Amino acid sequence: MFPLIVAHIFVLIIVASVAFHFWSPWWWTPVASNWGGMDDTILLTFWVTGAVFIAVCLFMAYCIWRYRYQKDRKAEYKPEDKKLEFHLTWLTTLGVIVMLAPGLVVWHKYVTVPEDALNVEVVAYQWGWKYRLPGEDDILGKTEIKFISDENPFGLNLKDPNGKDDILVDSGDLHLQIDKPVKFLLRSIDVLHNFYVPQFRGKMDMVPGHVTYYWLTPIRTGDFEVLCAEFCGVGHYAMRGRVIVDDEKNYNQWLAQQITFEKMLAQNKIDNKSLKLVKNIE
Amino acid sequence: MSDEFEHKIETKADTIADAGSVTSGSTAGIDYVPAHERPDQELYHSHSWWTTYVFSQDAKYIGIQYALTAIGTGLIGLVLSWMMRLQLAFPGLGILEPSSYYQFITMHGMIMVIYLLTALFLGGFGNLLIPLMCGARDMAFPYVNMISYWAFLLAVIILLASFFVPGGPTGAGWTLYPPQAITSGTPGSSAGIVLMLISLCVFVAGFTMGGLNYIITMLQSRARGMTLMRLPLTCWGIFTATVLALLAFPALLVGCIMMTLDSLLGTSFFMPAMISMGEHLSYDGGSPLLFQHLFWFFGHPEVYIIALPAFGIISDLISVHARKNIFGYRMMVWAIVGIGALSFFVWAHHMYVSGMTPWFGYFFATTTLIIAVPTAIKVYNWVLTLWRGNIQLTLPMLFSLAFIVTFVNGGLTGIFLGNVTVDVPLSDTYFVVAHFHMVMGIAPILVVFGAIYHWFPLITGRMLNEGMGRIHFWITFLGSYAIYFPMHYQGFVGVPRRYFEIYDSPYIATSTLHLNVFITIAALIVGAAQLVFLFNLIYSARAGEKSEKNPWKANSLEWLTPEMPPGHGNFGKELPVVYRWAYDFNVPGADKDYIPQTVPPSEVRSAKVEKT
Repeated sequence: MFPLIVAHIFVLIIVASVAFHFWSPWWWTPVASNWGGMDDTILLTFWVTGAVFIAVCLFMAYCIWRYRYQKDRKAEYKPEDKKLEFHLTWLTTLGVIVMLAPGLVVWHKYVTVPEDALNVEVVAYQWGWKYRLPGEDDILGKTEIKFISDENPFGLNLKDPNGKDDILVDSGDLHLQIDKPVKFLLRSIDVLHNFYVPQFRGKMDMVPGHVTYYWLTPIRTGDFEVLCAEFCGVGHYAMRGRVIVDDEKNYNQWLAQQITFEKMLAQNKIDNKSLKLVKNIE
Repeated sequence: MSDEFEHKIETKADTIADAGSVTSGSTAGIDYVPAHERPDQELYHSHSWWTTYVFSQDAKYIGIQYALTAIGTGLIGLVLSWMMRLQLAFPGLGILEPSSYYQFITMHGMIMVIYLLTALFLGGFGNLLIPLMCGARDMAFPYVNMISYWAFLLAVIILLASFFVPGGPTGAGWTLYPPQAITSGTPGSSAGIVLMLISLCVFVAGFTMGGLNYIITMLQSRARGMTLMRLPLTCWGIFTATVLALLAFPALLVGCIMMTLDSLLGTSFFMPAMISMGEHLSYDGGSPLLFQHLFWFFGHPEVYIIALPAFGIISDLISVHARKNIFGYRMMVWAIVGIGALSFFVWAHHMYVSGMTPWFGYFFATTTLIIAVPTAIKVYNWVLTLWRGNIQLTLPMLFSLAFIVTFVNGGLTGIFLGNVTVDVPLSDTYFVVAHFHMVMGIAPILVVFGAIYHWFPLITGRMLNEGMGRIHFWITFLGSYAIYFPMHYQGFVGVPRRYFEIYDSPYIATSTLHLNVFITIAALIVGAAQLVFLFNLIYSARAGEKSEKNPWKANSLEWLTPEMPPGHGNFGKELPVVYRWAYDFNVPGADKDYIPQTVPPSEVRSAKVEKT
């Protein structure tokens, strides 16, 4: 009796897992970037691994019941079965290739940035975000952490003329234009961070001293939450921001309201007002 | 079982018969064992209570000391996880501050991975089983072995001391990534982190002493006739894991030393120029990624340092309790060795989105998915061992079955994360948390339980209570599956890990937060069920049913000692002589359904032992 119950419980675990997968309300958010390919790779992996999981566990449950202990039964004595082991090995290898190959294709796209992508710098600090866009020259000026001060919160090199027209978005929301590829240049001024918008799927750590990147094309307008996805200290959970994907008209309107580095320097002189660098969480 | 050995039988049979050392010529032919290669080990004989039970040099006692210390530390880790789960489920109650939440996740992770599982599998089961299974009187270097335990205890004390220093323990996450581990935005960034790093260094030193012992004992002190390919898979698992540990821990050690220097002396191994709390720090030029490479060069083999002993133990439990030889023994050995070797070429799959050059992604995704092949073979061989077996649903078998379900589940989600593209959306979410808890938390712990129910009679001479054991089994297995299976789906939603509080984010449905309440309740129940287990241990050690010798009718040497529990020197006057592997169950033609390793072929003439 006990083996029958145990076998049934194991079958029930499989059935419940499959049912949970199909009927639970928890699934990914609708994708808002061109990285739907990542979702497809996940689905493909799901089908392959799901089939393996179900097959192995059901086979095990069958064995529990079918080969339950009986005093006069003799277990089979067969130390090896080279043929069976060989077939299982190449079948597994095939399954692995089926999952890996499409994954690498998508990865290749992820690391190959289109040439017309707009460079947008994201600067992370404990615990918030700010952004810098190239001005009319389409070139971002050089920066260094040691140049950062209250008057120069992004650490722009004052000697680099390309930085003068850079557009600085300090502590605001980032706006992106729909269907325009954008390359995020990721910087951190203190510890590790990670610029993560769940709907965009993309992710990359920001490492002080390095500029990392990833790219995407927003495919629908909307208002998305930015989260930090690399642990960065006590304020990690509260390090949120906002990305708004606009159509062309609204995007240009937003862009026109932002100030350039040159303007900010001038304004600093007039007001003697400094933009605060680090905001601690209250 | 090896060809080479069979060959020796043929060529040497005549010489031995001529020497006249045995009475019957024909028996000598089939009962050949190689001669002694070295004199019997001279043991240290203790004379006082202190040197017998406290400063013991007997591997069996050292194993139990390791196990009890590890389990005691693990219970602290369990309580920490309760606090974290309560905070996540009921953020409104204000149970924890953010800083203590982060300190608890860090200590929970480090305790469970290093101070519980590594210490328990290698220090605990390794010390208890290696000499017994190999047919040795003790470890090769008993004194060094004793020091190894005391170094481990010292490491635990240093670790726990960090709860009482100003600033508390480190809250850097168990990965201890710089720069945040030693800068002021992180709790315990001054004293706490330094104690953690020193504790790890002491642990590595202690482990190295133990690890050299395990390897040398297995290579040098095996009984006559115990060829490597006759060793139980438990030994193979522990052996390979120890080799991995001796190669991987140095990376952790140098990482810890360098970070200690960064923290105390202001060097810049891992520290770039940066700003902390509005101030420019004096560091410059170091690389945070260097630490990550060192950490994961240790950290990924570490997963297999825990998993390989578990693989070995589970193979033995399944074989004994299904009364059937392990299927594909040689394949199992090569899979263990192959997984061990490959595990040094996959570390950067923890770093796909770390900011290292993305071109590494192709290489590490490929190596990572290759490792799935030998791992899958092991799973097939476990279930194929059950197939056409004679399965006794004892507690060790129940835990083994549960291990297969959780390990297959957790292993397959590893294929998600190893495939670099899929890792991008899922990394740093609860999918990762669910994956590694399933595969290297729950699955190995189920093996630990199965092993304790299996070997408890060997330690105490008494059986653990079956009724309490079943309650413990079902709650632990079903409960932990209920915790971690749904948690993967929080990861799909995109809920990031290491969040003190999620808030009502627009992309997260409220029901996701309700799921947290369910998971927390399941975690509390599973944790409480461990009290049943602890009670069972204490109760059965004193008043449990007396066990007969070799209660599970196993073949391996640890059950074949003259006394049970085995006494000082393990095997009485004469060391055992081994004639076969540990898996001769239900051999056609044999009278009983098992043939212990010490039974010479002449005693079971009718048994048709297959030569592989």
